Amino acid sequence: MKRIYSVLVENRSGVLSKVVGLFSRRNYNIDSLAVGETDNKDTSCITIVSTGDQRTIEQIEKQLNKKIDVIKVKTFREHESVCRELMLVKVKYNKSNRRDIMENCEIMKAQIVDMSKTHMIIQVCDTPERTNLFLKMLQGISVAEVARTGTLALQKCE
Amino acid sequence: MNGADVLIKCLEKENVEVIFGYPGVAICPFFDSITNSPIQSILIRTEQNAAHAANGYARTTGKVGVCVATSGPGATNLITGIATAFADSIPLVCITGQVDSELLGSDVFQEADITGAVESFVKYSYLVRDAEELPRIMKEAFYIANSGRRGPVLIDIPIDIQNQQVSRFKYPEEVHLRTYKPTVKGNTVQIHKVIKELEKAKKPIICVGGGIMLSNAKESFMEFVEKYRLPVVSTMMGISVMPTEHPLYFGMVGNNGKPCANRAMNESDVLVMVGARVADRAVSQPDLITRNKILIHIDVDPAEIGKNAISTIPLVGDAGHIFEDLYKEEYTGNHEAWIRDLQEYRKTMLVHRKVNPAYVDPAALIRLLSIKMEENGIYVADVGQNQMWSCAYHIVKKGRFLTSGGMGTMGYSIPAAMGAKVGNPDRQVVAVCGDGAFQMSMMELATMVQHGIDVKIVIFNNGYLGMVRQYQHFTYKDNYSAVDLTGNPDLRHIAAAYGIPFYRLSNMEDAEETLNAFLREEGLVLMECMIDPMDLA
Repeated sequence: MKRIYSVLVENRSGVLSKVVGLFSRRNYNIDSLAVGETDNKDTSCITIVSTGDQRTIEQIEKQLNKKIDVIKVKTFREHESVCRELMLVKVKYNKSNRRDIMENCEIMKAQIVDMSKTHMIIQVCDTPERTNLFLKMLQGISVAEVARTGTLALQKCE
Repeated sequence: MNGADVLIKCLEKENVEVIFGYPGVAICPFFDSITNSPIQSILIRTEQNAAHAANGYARTTGKVGVCVATSGPGATNLITGIATAFADSIPLVCITGQVDSELLGSDVFQEADITGAVESFVKYSYLVRDAEELPRIMKEAFYIANSGRRGPVLIDIPIDIQNQQVSRFKYPEEVHLRTYKPTVKGNTVQIHKVIKELEKAKKPIICVGGGIMLSNAKESFMEFVEKYRLPVVSTMMGISVMPTEHPLYFGMVGNNGKPCANRAMNESDVLVMVGARVADRAVSQPDLITRNKILIHIDVDPAEIGKNAISTIPLVGDAGHIFEDLYKEEYTGNHEAWIRDLQEYRKTMLVHRKVNPAYVDPAALIRLLSIKMEENGIYVADVGQNQMWSCAYHIVKKGRFLTSGGMGTMGYSIPAAMGAKVGNPDRQVVAVCGDGAFQMSMMELATMVQHGIDVKIVIFNNGYLGMVRQYQHFTYKDNYSAVDLTGNPDLRHIAAAYGIPFYRLSNMEDAEETLNAFLREEGLVLMECMIDPMDLA
């Protein structure tokens, strides 16, 4: 089962390593990880996507809560949240595939943010699912490099 | 006033009376400052034992144990002791010196990333960046170590921070930790449910772990079980919550436990686990304790509940508060028939040992030793066969039983006994270990001679690492590998070298007289018991 953990932590050095270390030590999966400051410079938000059985899912939340630097843990399912991921893809293009790439970008509302005579960088910001789909479509053409932020998520407004 | 002075002042404010430590350059400002303080500084002989000594001290005083080491190897030597304390939830504050802040991360002489290294077995750790923060950090460290689920906290202090001049000292009155608020009071609805289930139960059993001792709840627990007449078994860490011969106590459970205790747990219809982790040695198949029975799990750490076994009724809180609350409830349950059954099991389900009269019978010796020990004596068992025999045959009266249950750290008994004696100068302290474990911590004999610490040490000598030999006997068809301790020193000469009295017991013939003389000795003393190398625990 997939869960998203939104972990609010004290913005101090070493805290990220403590949280990530907990996952590796207890043999929990990390499918994706994203970190950043919140509106308050004293706190950071770590968004972790993980999979496991019911007991593991519960344990992850409890173990996270035990960490003294952790302020709050919210656990939610994908459909209970708004999830986004930012991806940058560098592709090699030529006359024959240029049209295809442009069409794909149009369909997925992706933007071309940098370009040379041989390469271009495409930016897409979408749900993790659609981001994957877009990457799959480009892989059929020509992908040189990929960088992704990992899933960012907030619980839906009530 | 410098950072080191502040550190000592903080320890004084926390009513620390003794520290167990080992110096090195990076912690020298601390050891310089402590000479101006009434705090006693005990020089142990290797850092691991500083943590074990602080562990024994903490467990028998209810206070936080403090150990101190230098940077690099000093700090890394502490790790096994810290992990041992973490596994048994023992409150420690471990102070380590560190290289100059400016040099952190440059791999200079005696630099080790100790906060990183201990991350998975400390409750919390600090790397101090400014001496002005020391009072807050120390206040928090002591609070974190000794509240909620207890555990070790490490404070790493670079030498320049110890030398940093501080304008004034003010110790905070309270801690402000927005992220750490352990639940100590049990939920009243859940408490009521527990009572209702116990009332309905035909065969209830309570299994206690070390949590009862840690929350100082022994008395309120006893009052509770005696009022409602509920039978009790224990894990290894729960030994000495109840006197061994209490009519409601049926012994230790688990692979090495008493048959009647295991049967009691298996047959029960309502099982209450209190302050116990449901770990593999006590409960090898957690599914079995949830099948066909109601499991009530009481623990101060919510993460322990549901970790290894899914409970019907979870109850989070400190055992002390919970048993006081449970005691106040109305109770109509009656379990006398079940208690009579259990008492019958206790009488009939005995373990018959094969005894070789040419050697000391460890079972008989431990029984005799327990009878002769003072009522409130502290018995520290090491790890291995001696531990299994101790768990099975030591008779607790009003005293305390200590051992490294979670981590199973060999060499624990001697330094832990030393710490226990320092914390309880008026109580008799006996350490029981094998010849293997003795050689892991015999260097502490010097510490005890130096500081006049009176511990009675019993060594079971069978010339083998007995527990592993026994395992190889059963699992590897007697293919003994790396368990033969040929080369053991003559312990009589070891005792003589340290200038302490020595007794050797070859068989049970003179056991009574020798034990009397051994226990009558004032001060540190060794007794070697010759054990059949092929004896099984």
